[in-house]
Amino acid sequence: MTLSVAIDHRLGNFHLAAEFTAESGLTALFGRSGAGKTSVINAIAGLIRPDRGRVAIDGDVLTDTAQHRFVPPHRRRIGYVFQEGRLFPHMTVRKNLLYGARFATGPKNPGELDQIVELLGIGDLLARRPENLSGGEKQRVAIGRALLARPRVLVMDEPLASLDEGRKGEILPYIERLRDEMRIPIVYVSHSIPEVARLATTLVVLSEGRVAAIGSPAEIMGRLDLFPLTGRVEAGAILNTRVTGLDARFGLSLLRAAAGELRVPRLDIPLGTALRVRIRARDVMIALAPPDGLSALNVLPGIVAEIGHADGPIVEIRLDCAGEPLIARLTRRSVETLALTPGRQVYAVIKSIAFDHHAFAGTNPVAGADADAE
Amino acid sequence: MGWLTDFSADELTAIRLSLWVAAWAMACSLPFGLAAAMLLARGRFWGKSLLNVAVHLPLVLPPVVTGYVLLLLFGRRGPLGQLFEHTIGLVFAFRWTGAALASAVMGFPLMVRAIRLSLDAVDRRLEDAAATLGANRAFVFLTVTLPLILPGILAGMILSFARSLGEFGATITFVSNIPGETQTLPTAIYVFTQVPGGDLGALRLTLVAVAISVVALFASEAVARRAARGAAQGGAA
Repeated sequence: MTLSVAIDHRLGNFHLAAEFTAESGLTALFGRSGAGKTSVINAIAGLIRPDRGRVAIDGDVLTDTAQHRFVPPHRRRIGYVFQEGRLFPHMTVRKNLLYGARFATGPKNPGELDQIVELLGIGDLLARRPENLSGGEKQRVAIGRALLARPRVLVMDEPLASLDEGRKGEILPYIERLRDEMRIPIVYVSHSIPEVARLATTLVVLSEGRVAAIGSPAEIMGRLDLFPLTGRVEAGAILNTRVTGLDARFGLSLLRAAAGELRVPRLDIPLGTALRVRIRARDVMIALAPPDGLSALNVLPGIVAEIGHADGPIVEIRLDCAGEPLIARLTRRSVETLALTPGRQVYAVIKSIAFDHHAFAGTNPVAGADADAE
Repeated sequence: MGWLTDFSADELTAIRLSLWVAAWAMACSLPFGLAAAMLLARGRFWGKSLLNVAVHLPLVLPPVVTGYVLLLLFGRRGPLGQLFEHTIGLVFAFRWTGAALASAVMGFPLMVRAIRLSLDAVDRRLEDAAATLGANRAFVFLTVTLPLILPGILAGMILSFARSLGEFGATITFVSNIPGETQTLPTAIYVFTQVPGGDLGALRLTLVAVAISVVALFASEAVARRAARGAAQGGAA
């Protein structure tokens, strides 16, 4: 199933002009507050009518201003998970979940409620009212409610933004399961690098109402020119790795990437699991020779591929580590002292403790598994 | 204490009639009150402020004026009076139905205000959420909006009922003061105060009026408390 979106919409001084398509898997709309992310998904769901544009799921046109076509939200079958949950306060969790189910089309499936409840781990909440739920519980119920209406596309508007770190960690695995188990396109709005690095199959970067870039998270995060948009603090390259071993004595896990081997604090993940690791540019040091007598455990050889534009004293450089990008943030002074130029052989040094829980993106969808089922 | 409960037949009739008239006034104005509140809270149309003024007019006009306007419109010779009489055989002039109409009109602004306030407090984003789940506008109204404004509707009904019990000026102007037909508690009390030896009757009916009002106030307080709690929960969501 393919969702195609092309909208042109003015809101006061703000001009939104965005175009992209989303396949099965999770397409993250990434950008700062005010980049127009929520307007885009509101246009998909039919909650706003764009000045000009077209929204379609495969051949089914939902909005086409040229044809004066606008399908009202209740006939679109687009599930919407709102930032604040928006559970109905006067209904129990069970009634909230089943609200949209009565409108669902297709064959009856009496086990569906149980499946979704199991998928989201909300079995104990069914008799409660929304006011007695935690933020994380509310969001899981909101996701279940949207799914039980059997949407063709699921849109999510920063569903984790109002939650603290602990609650986010509680929900992320469920969203990963949705991405990997439900065969529908998910459009996920976020301004959090850790979230999109972990969840996205495709990343659409929005800036001031325009699509600045579209690509896989690894591609986008490896581009120096997008650093001002992705935000420098959290930005960094993504390596695709596999868990290959465990150093039980020191409590370290071994990850194998094309660029080399990484030792990270122990992960309770089975051997062989694919794992995305985000290495923040600020955590990477550069040495000209293989370092000796250094506490950092991870040293990846690479070639300087690109030196970014300096912003004050800081500059990012992109390394090519056996075909995978790695980004380091250095001072301009260091770049000059080390005489770093494209083509130079260097060694990237990363402390193992730089890999905190933000760095790991969980299991990747197996390549090809998110191919269209229809 | 016998004098306290020793109601005469006329007094009992006045009490019964008052409750009857107030109940009908409340019930019949409810659908119109709900519609007017919806239009004022949600509608965007030319003449909205005019409608707002018309709804609130009985609140500020002298009741006698309202009663006289009703007499002109709904009296035997009034255009609307004739219309109702000839189409559905409903006569207002000097009947209890006229008393109910006068009470309904006088209580209408209070009812509309209460419902409109609760409509304004409804989080419309919940209605959007219901729409994305597949519910059309009528279904959204019945399953989301209506339950959320229920406390406001109940408060509006209680206010309308209480206002009806106190209605005097418009009623006596429009349908006079006929025992057994249009003589409600206030008009009966007024009559007692105008005749020698009517003090006891006036006192008895006054105590009844106080008792009914106290019950109505307690009920509306309870409803308001429930509504406040519901709003707090909605806000925390």
